Amino acid sequence: MSRDLAITGTGAVSPAGWGVAAMMRALESAETLPLSLLERACGDAMVTTPVLRVPAQGATAPKFARMRRSSPITKFAAAAAMEALGETRFAESTAGRLRVGVVFTLTNGCVNYSNRFFSEVLSDPALASPILFPETVFNAPSSHLSALIGSSAPNDTLVGDASAFLSGIDLAAEWIERGDVDGCLVVASEEIDWLSAEGLRHYSKSYLPSEGAAAIYLEAAGGPAMLEHLPDPVSYQFHGRLEAARLMRANLAVADDGATLLVDGLSGVRRFDAPEAAAWSDWSGPRRSPKRVLGESMGAAAAFQVVAAAESLVSGAFRQAIVSSVGSNQQAAGLVLRRDPPAQMP
Amino acid sequence: MVVTGAGIVSPMGMDFAENAAGFRAGRSAFSPVTLFDVSRQRVGTAGQVDLAETCAGLPHRAASRMDRGTRLAWLAAREALSAAGLSGGAMPMVVGTSAAAMPIGEDYYRAAHLPQTTSRSQLRRVETYQAQRQITDMARLLGVDGRIRVVSNACASGANAIGQAFHLVRMGRAERVLAGGYDALCQLVFAGFDTLQALSPSGIPRPFDAARDGLALGEGAGFMVVESAASAKSRGARVIAEITGYGAATDIHHLTQPHPEGDAALVTMSAACAMAGIAPEQIDYINSHGTGTPLNDVAEGNAIRRWAGDRVSSIKVSSTKSAIGHLLGGAGAVESVICLMAMEGQWLPASLHVREPDPVCAFDLIREPREARVARALTNSFGFGGANATLIFAKEGLP
Repeated sequence: MSRDLAITGTGAVSPAGWGVAAMMRALESAETLPLSLLERACGDAMVTTPVLRVPAQGATAPKFARMRRSSPITKFAAAAAMEALGETRFAESTAGRLRVGVVFTLTNGCVNYSNRFFSEVLSDPALASPILFPETVFNAPSSHLSALIGSSAPNDTLVGDASAFLSGIDLAAEWIERGDVDGCLVVASEEIDWLSAEGLRHYSKSYLPSEGAAAIYLEAAGGPAMLEHLPDPVSYQFHGRLEAARLMRANLAVADDGATLLVDGLSGVRRFDAPEAAAWSDWSGPRRSPKRVLGESMGAAAAFQVVAAAESLVSGAFRQAIVSSVGSNQQAAGLVLRRDPPAQMP
Repeated sequence: MVVTGAGIVSPMGMDFAENAAGFRAGRSAFSPVTLFDVSRQRVGTAGQVDLAETCAGLPHRAASRMDRGTRLAWLAAREALSAAGLSGGAMPMVVGTSAAAMPIGEDYYRAAHLPQTTSRSQLRRVETYQAQRQITDMARLLGVDGRIRVVSNACASGANAIGQAFHLVRMGRAERVLAGGYDALCQLVFAGFDTLQALSPSGIPRPFDAARDGLALGEGAGFMVVESAASAKSRGARVIAEITGYGAATDIHHLTQPHPEGDAALVTMSAACAMAGIAPEQIDYINSHGTGTPLNDVAEGNAIRRWAGDRVSSIKVSSTKSAIGHLLGGAGAVESVICLMAMEGQWLPASLHVREPDPVCAFDLIREPREARVARALTNSFGFGGANATLIFAKEGLP
């Protein structure tokens, strides 16, 4: 990157509540969030899956005609994106004075409507709802976001494991570098449905499926959360997760100086955490593990990590923050954020 | 930025040569859908690829875990690498898809309702349903080592993937990139388009016909090796074409309907031409998005008229979806490869099945294949959600 890029806005909708403040309070207090149970019948039995859901109370999803039929994934994303964008930039974008790109990343997408629509198709395709189908398409949520902010600037949806959010930041940085956009929203969002929740627990019953969205606004600017280093991810086609995690750790090239925060992707499921835990086993500095509080939100997980890292710098608590995301089946990725100006450390 | 290898699988054929022969001859490639139950749908035909159960060169174990779409992608990507004189190597991959491995997702859904289904079998389905897992496995089989982006911008995914590859090379972030798009037919998507009444009841799409009544779905994949000219020259690679322009924009008019005047399409065509440093009249052929739906073709026709101005009558346009259907996430990449065929063979593929052109056709609608000078070709892709993309290809060394 030849230009200085900064995260100048953040947004989050998580099981801790609507807004970054609710998420950060939950992370700082390491509170245990209330579980919900998803139940469905299968034959004569009931299948029950514990999950962490975004609370209905306090919803801040903007009212927008195109979103009235959209499912939670879009509403979470819109609320997080609007929080990251802020009122002034929103007004500039809708007035056509600010070109805001959108990069959206996800793993599952709109599983609620996909589930409902396919159920209707199998029952009787003649009665399947034409309202549901368009919302099942991976890029429907990102399309709604561009419409919401009145922006015809580029809009890309990337599908991948959780680490794809960092690839999304890479793509956004490219657009800003080329001048294709003035700034870019990078958003990740997921919603809970029994399809995806049960799917996750086929990997391990210890996983706690969750949902939500997180967003950042990235632009060429100064600010407390500068994008210091975003190495290429290490893909898994010729590297195991352990080796990829170690290579990424080396590529990030950050030593523990006591004022650097590590925001990792550990979830508490030992078998799947092992590669990342091993790669950072010698890290004795401050560390935060958002998944341990917010659950496994799959495609949104790394976005929560990045927002938590940026907010930790904004608060002045750290000079630097590292995000490590060792994805499930695509790549290991990471980034380093730097506080500018440097925090006055005690 | 040049293209040094291209590969394609479509209902028209299993490689570049078969497809070129089919489009050159003006063949139509629709057949009854046999992959899933269509007995209760309004439409029962599509552009279905005659894909063998076993693919030569694909290990049995890998094939058993690979979904139909990725198998199509693997075939096209392998051909592209081979044509480029490469056997894998270090390069990023950018791949576009819309439905990804949806047939596996459908199996997962059905199995989840059966009490005897094992967690182990569901785990395999969940894992192999994920596009990034499939594409990572595909890259390993191809010997391609590098970062992977899976772009899912609906029907523009393939074009956006090639556009992103173009920029990665143009910005010096990669010497070469393997890029393309794919999608296979699946029940959910087929039924989805049917519920929207977007499918032609006759099963035969007639893009730009005044009485067109919808699209036909198809399946397939297109891939290409996008490379810096310096890299191609240094290894003595044959240059198939240059990529000279790319434009991307978002149509925010409606989730599934384009702006009637084609505003975003005008932006992408103009941006791509500006990047290429050419005027509209220097484009010898447009492979249109041309789905055959009433709204899409009017919007694109209006965009072409506004873009070309008083030169519009000389602009040659066709929709190859009339022959193979709409390949969704694969469409932009497959149609890019068709542009390369036209430039290599110096002929124009046709918009088939047109009885009376729509009045929006102020351009020269190619209704039968014909020989022509094709030095520059432009392809449009417009997707659900308003993802619009335009790519321009040119013969090497044009002024």
